[in-house]
Amino acid sequence: MIKKFIYSKKIAPYVFIVPFILTFLIFWIVPIIKSGMMSFQSIQFTEVEWIGLDNYKRLLGDSQFRLAVFNSVRYMIGTLILLIPIPMIFACFINSKVMKGKEFFKSVFFIPALTSVVVAGTIFRLIFGEMGSSLMNQFIGIFGLEPIKWLKNDWTAFFALLTLACWRWTGVNMLYFLSGLQSIPKELYESAQVDGANAWQKFIKISVPMLKPTIIYVLTISIYAGLSMFVESYMLWEGKNSPKNIGLTIVGYLYNQGIRKNNMGYASAVGLILLIIVMVINVAQLTVTGLFKKEEK
Amino acid sequence: MKKRVFAMFTVLVLILTTLAGCGGGSGRETTAKESTGEETTGGETTADIIGSDSEDAVQLELWTFIAQHQNFYEAMLEKWNENNPDKQISIKCNVMPYDDMHNKLQIALTAGDGAPDIVDIELGKFANFTQGTPELMDLTEYAAPYREDIVESRLQLYSKDGALYGLPTHVGATVAFYNAELLEEADINWEDIKTWDDYEEAGSQYKEATGKSFGTADTYATWQLNAVMAQLGTDYLDADGNLQINNEKLVQALDMFKDMQDAGAIDTIAGGQPDTEEGKGAFNNGEFAAMIMPLWMMSRFTDEMTDLEGKIAIAAIPTMDGAQALSVGGGGTGTAVVKNKENAELAAEFLAYAKLSYDANVMVWEVLGFDPVNMSIWEDESITHDENNKYIQYFVNNPFDVLNEIKDGIALLESQTSSKYPSINDYFVATALNEIFEDGISSQEATDSAQDYLASELE
Repeated sequence: MIKKFIYSKKIAPYVFIVPFILTFLIFWIVPIIKSGMMSFQSIQFTEVEWIGLDNYKRLLGDSQFRLAVFNSVRYMIGTLILLIPIPMIFACFINSKVMKGKEFFKSVFFIPALTSVVVAGTIFRLIFGEMGSSLMNQFIGIFGLEPIKWLKNDWTAFFALLTLACWRWTGVNMLYFLSGLQSIPKELYESAQVDGANAWQKFIKISVPMLKPTIIYVLTISIYAGLSMFVESYMLWEGKNSPKNIGLTIVGYLYNQGIRKNNMGYASAVGLILLIIVMVINVAQLTVTGLFKKEEK
Repeated sequence: MKKRVFAMFTVLVLILTTLAGCGGGSGRETTAKESTGEETTGGETTADIIGSDSEDAVQLELWTFIAQHQNFYEAMLEKWNENNPDKQISIKCNVMPYDDMHNKLQIALTAGDGAPDIVDIELGKFANFTQGTPELMDLTEYAAPYREDIVESRLQLYSKDGALYGLPTHVGATVAFYNAELLEEADINWEDIKTWDDYEEAGSQYKEATGKSFGTADTYATWQLNAVMAQLGTDYLDADGNLQINNEKLVQALDMFKDMQDAGAIDTIAGGQPDTEEGKGAFNNGEFAAMIMPLWMMSRFTDEMTDLEGKIAIAAIPTMDGAQALSVGGGGTGTAVVKNKENAELAAEFLAYAKLSYDANVMVWEVLGFDPVNMSIWEDESITHDENNKYIQYFVNNPFDVLNEIKDGIALLESQTSSKYPSINDYFVATALNEIFEDGISSQEATDSAQDYLASELE
């Protein structure tokens, strides 16, 4: 009986996915439902009170939350603009036959992804320090510019965050694109060569369209990663509030409210709104790029 | 059609949740601190069992975020066990990073399980734990035997509605630190600085003579603002606990610092306040010559600004006509006992001894270098003039002379005991002070927006 059960072709697949389903249910679905409930509550240690839509009402009028959404969206768009084309071009270079030292560049670009953000954030904080002796100020000093208070002004701080993101993620995205490029059949390039196409035409007409699935994948994870960014800004300002909240992100706000101010109910509402924003953007983007179309066949 | 939408949704949820698994939760090991006066521990978490190894000993659990506190409790525990053979205690001491410890405590208290018996809570977080019905024990009766010698405002700081929830570690009286050597070179005598007008004048004169900065315009701390507010007799909240951020006197205090900045007497400092890596570096290099900070800054001088040994003088902060206080306590750690645990009473008894008794406060001064809350020590010459003490050796004058001078004027901002205080402080250090000292927005305007924002968040 048991043997029959184990060897059954019908049941086996389910047995194999059980561990995933279980972790998915216990560690994702249950917490999401639970935080959905908590977003309608006021929680003071063991005292829990249902307060209806109060958390959401407060959220609507909360200027810091709006600022956090603005910062996160701006950061997300910035990373999309930088972290898709640049790694793609780098990947093409590395994939090219004439390129020397491929392995070296692959590792060099990938090392930042292995570095702890905590360490990297601290180093970047010092690089973007406001004293004349910080690295960035020395650098702009070469061009005769005055020292800038990088982490105290809105756009310079945004620049610092994007620099950190590029430093960290270029290598990872490059590897995605590289694996995409390597699966493009060589014949396509050869026949284009015969037709007299130059390198740019090959890139635009062959590489980019053939990379579409990879681009969609990178786009999806980048949207999510951009909107849920937290540790980078947390470390860049040493875990303190950034001046005038220029580095406040949605998750940062969730952390401030839930953990630092002991306001779990309100933080849950923030978390759910983040989930909704991400879902809406990603569903729209995936529909437009046509990921779901295949099912229609 | 329905099926497709469902499939779409499922795929998306799967993608997002797996990604969330990759991105989230990594690396939160930091030593962030807000308004603590104390060095926090590094990224490490350690657990040691200290105290009696007798089998009858009651084992308590203690959490702290300051590694030196373990040494302190160990020393106090030894004394306790010597004096109380019938109440032997051993303590499992967990040292955790600042954020971690407070987060874990909050989660343990919310879950109603897993909290320690005794816990150090930093002032910036303390009000979070006294909201609603606190899960902490009222320590009033345990503190009673020691109460008359203790600086009362430090007990008030950790009290709510007449119940005492935490025992203080230090006074943290706000004082002025001057680099006497640099000032002398510019022909300024720090002993002549008595009022804020003197301070401003000395500052402009110093800057003119040397081209370097005198005092600090803090954008990431409210130490000096709080002190001036206490002198003017104002607070962030009125007597009923309502916000009064844009009140006349608070604006006056901010304007006073703004005028000093315009006169060149104070400048913004990298890091936003003196107690940061950048700030301490700037002082050590002689880029600044004066700071208004709580007395616990002493240990930063002896440990981290070693180039300045023998050059730093301590004085009471400048004052003004009609001042209602001489100083204010800044920062602090309140140690609390979690209520309803099996050995809560014993824990409370031990804690009162370990933090308020004469012996304990000698240890606070000698081991931790803080101004002790038990005032009987301030007059004990064998301690205050102990030539072997590194703090006594380091400074130009004796810190206890300053303490005794301001003894009766160390005030408390009532708002610091309110659960609104963390948000107010957050807003000031993140936004209002930056607007005023970095962007040049008027104090009135900055406090008006502070009032509006905080009212919408808190009321």
